[in-house]
Amino acid sequence: MADTIDRTALQQFLLRMGDNTLILGHRVSEWCGHAPVLEEDIALANTALDLIGQTQLWLDYAAEVEGAGRSADDLAFLRDVWDFRNVLLVELPNGDFGQTLMRQFLYDAWASIMLGRLQKSADERVREIAEKAAKENAYHVERSADTVVGLGDGTEESHTRMQAALDYLYPYVGELFESDATDAAMVEAGVAPDPAGLREDYDALVGRVMADATLRLPEKAYVHRGGRSGTMHTEHLGHLLCTMQWLQRAYPGCRW
Amino acid sequence: MSSVNPSAYPDTDSDAAPPRKEWPLWEIFIRGQHGMSHRHVGSLHAPDSEMAIKNARDVYTRRNEGVSIWAVESRHIAATVPSEKGPMFEPSESKVYRHPTFYDIPDEVGHM
Amino acid sequence: MYAQMVKSTGKGVKTREEMSEDERAFQDKIDADTKIEPRDWMPEEYRKTLVRQIGQHAHSEIVGQLPEGNWITRAPTLERKMILLAKVQDEAGHGLYLYAAAETLGVSRDEMTEDLLSGKMKYSSIFNYPTLTWADMGAVGWLVDGAAIMNQVPLQRTSYGPYSRAMIRICKEESFHQRQGYDIMMKMAQGSPEQKRMAQDALNRFWYPSLMMFGPSDADSVHSAQSMAWKIKINTNDELRQKFVDQTVPQAEYLGLSIPDPDLKWNAERGHYDFTEPDWQEFFDVIKGNGPCNTERLGDRTRAWEEGRWVREGLMAHANKRAARIAAE
Repeated sequence: MADTIDRTALQQFLLRMGDNTLILGHRVSEWCGHAPVLEEDIALANTALDLIGQTQLWLDYAAEVEGAGRSADDLAFLRDVWDFRNVLLVELPNGDFGQTLMRQFLYDAWASIMLGRLQKSADERVREIAEKAAKENAYHVERSADTVVGLGDGTEESHTRMQAALDYLYPYVGELFESDATDAAMVEAGVAPDPAGLREDYDALVGRVMADATLRLPEKAYVHRGGRSGTMHTEHLGHLLCTMQWLQRAYPGCRW
Repeated sequence: MSSVNPSAYPDTDSDAAPPRKEWPLWEIFIRGQHGMSHRHVGSLHAPDSEMAIKNARDVYTRRNEGVSIWAVESRHIAATVPSEKGPMFEPSESKVYRHPTFYDIPDEVGHM
Repeated sequence: MYAQMVKSTGKGVKTREEMSEDERAFQDKIDADTKIEPRDWMPEEYRKTLVRQIGQHAHSEIVGQLPEGNWITRAPTLERKMILLAKVQDEAGHGLYLYAAAETLGVSRDEMTEDLLSGKMKYSSIFNYPTLTWADMGAVGWLVDGAAIMNQVPLQRTSYGPYSRAMIRICKEESFHQRQGYDIMMKMAQGSPEQKRMAQDALNRFWYPSLMMFGPSDADSVHSAQSMAWKIKINTNDELRQKFVDQTVPQAEYLGLSIPDPDLKWNAERGHYDFTEPDWQEFFDVIKGNGPCNTERLGDRTRAWEEGRWVREGLMAHANKRAARIAAE
């Protein structure tokens, strides 16, 4: 499959998928040992483990398509900010537990629709990865949706905090549905859907959950962009990479 | 003296006590890949039954242990009183005729 | 150990003549290896000692997440990150199992948590030492989990049913923990000169604190004698410490690392290694709160507890609202 299509575009698409799960998985793993209750600590670790596992699959394939002899680890630990292709949403700081779970739900909802479509991809590898990831994501989205509903419709304090989280994060949602030349090439090759085409299902799902959560979706939210194109990440990503990549950078070429 | 307790465990949250903020305790039962029935695997805290099931999935099936989960709030489990073990269980000890080994069947008859 | 210097009655073990009828029947069950279950009659001191011991063990698992959690975001490969995360997650699980075992004795997890944060209950001294390099992830798995396993394996036979079942589950899950630590140490010891230096440095820093985990000699302790009679403690601290040293020395030799004890040597007569005792003054300092990381560790746990309150309350409030709505339908 990959031979008949634009390999650069395919690699960019795979980086977008893998960088999303890498950066989000990293953010979620920051909670380990600090969650509000033991059961949540364990559940968050499961989510992070799934996301990092998915990262390995996406980035392995991205490295293979690139054909430059790099590994998934090389891509994760040796690229700088401008080469990352994740959406801005996933690199935003964790904030409080509510903000983390709101970000998780806004991502999970998108991933549940995206991974569903990717299971029909013309590319076999993409299809296989999507099938595995979709099973994991189906649980993630159920859990994050439940938590958003529980906290939105909980106490006055939890409601206020969840509304603030939604107001802060919602301007970063639009980027998930931006389309560019890479996406057009993926659509043409039958590898992936046009992101813009996922919006309707997404709005329906998010609208339903926010209604249950008694939360109000911001109207006319501005769209922050620049992550999936790599043109302009937030300042947060650099700090995340400083931490994540430190050992590999400080002691290059070692086996760990 | 009743041989049945309202709960398997001493009370940490009874109906009579003023409502506590702590999430209730749940008992988790899991049926494994090849298990014939659900087995008690442990406890956890959760605000309601749905979260209890989800938490059980995350806490007690991390190593592919289960295919089905039951959750019961701990205070709803009725249990026998340990000190009544004698009258409860010993009478069945003498009913040896309930066990297949009680009967001698000649080898010639074959497997039975 | 994860539970260090747990006090019991402090009065010494009663003779059969001194025991009440209930106490005699209770001791007979223990001597016959019959498990004690939550609703069984038990001496109040047995219950209290168990709450202290299991609680301390649970707290150690929870605080024990922090030194390793310190490196999850800096793990050098995707695979190492997943392994470490899974391991630290297991520790949270083990804390949960142990709290649940203590809860069968009529004490709630929230109460125990508050006692930890107020300093009324303790956790193992070992987790008050810092993890400074990636090799520390190896040393913690190899030495700290290795020392913990020494204690936990015999505790699977402990007299209290829920505690015993928790330990069985924990031991089963922990089997990969020590191996992953040693695997990190092997990579480091066989790696670049800097990696080797990190590995030796980690061993230097964690050796004596690991020996302290077993607690001071308790050959003459009345608390330990009672706990052993009740089978909630199976071996003396010195027995376990010796076993740990005997097991660990050849493992260090295989790595080509040297144990920071010039007097360590094989004693053919005893069939054991002779070794230098740790500095017990340092141990007591750490227990009293003056270890290198006590303030950070308790601070982290306190923050998680305080900042998580609105989440716990929010989700509970929602569950109550929903139950009320369903009841009204």
